[in-house]
Amino acid sequence: MNRFFGRTLLSATLLTAPLSLPAFAETQINALFMAQAAYSEADVRAMTEAFTKANPDIKVNLEFVPYEGLHDKTVLAQGAGNAYDVVLFDVIWPAEFAANNVLVDVTSKITDEMKAGVLPGAWTTVKYDEKFYGMPWILDTKYLFYNKEILEKAGIANPPKTWEELAADAKIIKDKGILASPIAWSWAQAEAAICDYTTLVSAFGGDFLKDGKPAFQSGGGLDALKYMVDSYTSGITNPNSKEFLEEDVRKVFENGDAAFALNWTYMYNMANDPKDSKVAGKVGVVPAPGVAGKSEASAVNGSMGLGITTASKHQDEAWKYIVFMTSQATQNAYAKLSLPIWASSYEDPAVTEGQEELIAAAKTGLAVMYPRPTTPKYQEISVALQQAIQEALLGQSSPEDALKTAAENSGL
Amino acid sequence: MSGTWITTRAWLLMLPLLIVMVAVIGWPLADTVHLSFTDAKLVGTSGSYVGFDNYVRLLSGNAFGRTLFTTTFFAVVVVTTEMLLGVLAALLLNQQFHGRTLLRALLILPWALPTVVNATLWRLIYNPEYGALNAALTQLGILSEYRSWLGEPGTALTALIVADCWKNFPLVALIALAALQAVPRDVVAASFVDGANAFSRFRFVTLPYLAGPLLVALVLRTIEAFKVFDIIWVMTRGGPANSTRTMSILVYQEAFSFQRAGSGASLALIVTLIITVLAVAYGTVVKKVAGSAA
Amino acid sequence: MERQSPLFRLFLHLAALLLAAIILAPLLWLFVMSISPAADLAAKPLRWWPETMDFSRYATLLSTVENSAGAAFMASLRNSLMVASMATVAAVSLAVPAGWAVSRTPSVGWSLSLVIATYMLPPVALAVPLYMALANFGLLNNVFGLALVYLTILAPFTTWLMKSGFDGIPREIEQAAVIDGASLWQTLRIITLPLALPVVATSALFAFLLGWDEFFYALLFTSDQRAKTLTVAIADLAGGRVSDYGLIATAGVLAALPPMLVGIVMQRALISGLTSGGVKG
Repeated sequence: MNRFFGRTLLSATLLTAPLSLPAFAETQINALFMAQAAYSEADVRAMTEAFTKANPDIKVNLEFVPYEGLHDKTVLAQGAGNAYDVVLFDVIWPAEFAANNVLVDVTSKITDEMKAGVLPGAWTTVKYDEKFYGMPWILDTKYLFYNKEILEKAGIANPPKTWEELAADAKIIKDKGILASPIAWSWAQAEAAICDYTTLVSAFGGDFLKDGKPAFQSGGGLDALKYMVDSYTSGITNPNSKEFLEEDVRKVFENGDAAFALNWTYMYNMANDPKDSKVAGKVGVVPAPGVAGKSEASAVNGSMGLGITTASKHQDEAWKYIVFMTSQATQNAYAKLSLPIWASSYEDPAVTEGQEELIAAAKTGLAVMYPRPTTPKYQEISVALQQAIQEALLGQSSPEDALKTAAENSGL
Repeated sequence: MSGTWITTRAWLLMLPLLIVMVAVIGWPLADTVHLSFTDAKLVGTSGSYVGFDNYVRLLSGNAFGRTLFTTTFFAVVVVTTEMLLGVLAALLLNQQFHGRTLLRALLILPWALPTVVNATLWRLIYNPEYGALNAALTQLGILSEYRSWLGEPGTALTALIVADCWKNFPLVALIALAALQAVPRDVVAASFVDGANAFSRFRFVTLPYLAGPLLVALVLRTIEAFKVFDIIWVMTRGGPANSTRTMSILVYQEAFSFQRAGSGASLALIVTLIITVLAVAYGTVVKKVAGSAA
Repeated sequence: MERQSPLFRLFLHLAALLLAAIILAPLLWLFVMSISPAADLAAKPLRWWPETMDFSRYATLLSTVENSAGAAFMASLRNSLMVASMATVAAVSLAVPAGWAVSRTPSVGWSLSLVIATYMLPPVALAVPLYMALANFGLLNNVFGLALVYLTILAPFTTWLMKSGFDGIPREIEQAAVIDGASLWQTLRIITLPLALPVVATSALFAFLLGWDEFFYALLFTSDQRAKTLTVAIADLAGGRVSDYGLIATAGVLAALPPMLVGIVMQRALISGLTSGGVKG
């Protein structure tokens, strides 16, 4: 360090000292992330390292749990005095977290620059009742991935544009004996199944709720489940889909055992990595299809945000960390597994290079993202629907009856 | 030394244990009873008194009956299988053959394996796409194509039961083996002289020595099987279509996922009551057996 | 013993082989997975033994580079060791006096029965109030808080085992020492405790294994590296984004090694402990 720089630093320290007294006393914040889809654990660790390098007075402890544990961990840690300061939260939780006072309202901290720069669709992730409960971080939806080689072998020139076509194409692949069950989904009794279902609900023009009452048991909601059951019973869907989560779908797709797969953004570059994937270079991606006369494409809003917990004792440092993690610079540098929330990033060659196909799919997909129901009782609706989907798939009850029961058990 | 002093001294020596147990078990239990009559949420509101509402709602809901059946089925099958396998293994190990000592040492291994590791291991074995079970069965020609063991309601619970039995039958075997070795040799020799066949030798000579220790193992394993949580949480989380959801999983869902601490407490107390009734029933049998043996 | 017929001997050996295979197959497979390259584990038909053994995952998990997956695993290993050890020491310290008291003064035995009966309580029945209480005392996500909770699981077991152990030591020895003028404390320290030492060791081992195995409370009451135990870390690995099954298997092997070593080395003590408690309990 040269002398001039040192002196500047010293005077800067002296100037700021009265404002924040323990300027160099190290503050430790704890952050909770998930180890599933979107940014990899390694990416999050690297981003965080860049942050602590720029802010040596803040130390960040990282914790990773499976998505399935994220909600319960966040809620349970509220009671711990040394709990998380920053938490990753799913688009479906702000309502519940606001009702139970889990997240800090950060509306006043959001600058006009942020408001103008971030895609409007991304903001819906963190907003509830016109208040902001964090910054959007993962802008994600499910795309239709396909194995170019298999489609070529089957003589299919273009990837399907409607769900009908998808079923027909899959049947061709099955009938030609290329794959026994060409489509892989994540239909385990978990939130992942709801994401696939929601994609279909949006394609069929259905509604989850109408006037606060369940409406998924008829119309598009019912059509969506019927489509799933048809696809399952006709044998074009991998029957193991009913115990798959996203990572199982990726593994099957990367092993060349699926022609089509519905999954999040992150699968594109992972499946194209020859180190782990047998289908590198053969991965195609398009927006999830539509339904003739109803929709051109379909998408579920699977975005996630970073928020500050009300139990945090270091809310300023936590916010600093969130701003860094969600900044355009950080997001552009790690745009391979999750796409930025910033509108102008999509014109930046550094972001788009090598993944033009994904960006093209994203432009259509992100524009039609469909939300899962916004209600403090989301967990209960979700669990009821997960059960309905599984019962219908397994033939334990008809789609009609299963959804009717789910509506009764939804707590609304 | 007077009798009162001896008793007082005994209480003093018991005191640290009792204090800890009352503070960390007794008090929370009392609080659970209190919670069960409220609509308390896990965070935020402490709730208000709702009488027996929680109990009525839970007992009349359809989840309760089904879950109780699943739990009972799991417990009965698991405990019966473990008892049978355990006793058979013990009878085998009580014979003379090469490698007996080594085999007895191996028996410790599944039991020492942590429950969560066991669950993880079996989940990998049952994997529908890349699991060892599918691979072994198809390579042996027993199965024509890979199956989804944990994804079908018909096999998921059985798959869990196999995993649980594999880990726990060695405990029964070890207990039974020790009991067998306590059978006096002259008694066995006498039965040979009497010309008893193998079955009646087991029934009338060996079993009486086994009965006491086995009943203790039975009680322990039944209680554990009714409380089962870890193995199911790791392997299926209660799916598919709730076919492996046991009472403990249901309580977790109610209290922690839905944050309804009040009705979660009611449900937990119902489970406790069922286990207590079972244990008392067993206890009566144990006393009878112990009485007749003495 | 009677002479075994050759046919019976053959049957015995076959049965023994079968039993050994049942016990060993899953365990061996766990180890094979941990040293197989990821591609082998996704191969169809499955490869049962890797062409080249790959021990790199052990290095990954046992690494201590800051903020790495290995550091997280090592932290959970350390937490498991700390929590299980602390709870064990505490459980045995409570069990020795209590076990002796019940053994020598049967009239207080009913309180031990009550303590043991708490084993019937499913942990979910206590979880919510315990969670709130630990939160109040700032003991959530804390190894001491977790050890305190574990103590209540271990102590009934250790006390039961200690009581059975003391039952096996004739009280005449103690009485003789007292008549010779030794104080009760001296008698216990010089005569009874040394005799009971094997039982103390067995109880401690049992307690340690129980503590090492616990999952439910750790799942609820810990949230990060400062307190998260091995069992929770493994469940997280198995449930999250670890597409490399070999890494999950490696974590399993590492978590299983300590209790298995304890089990093998101490098998005699463990079995006698099991049965003395079992028979006289």
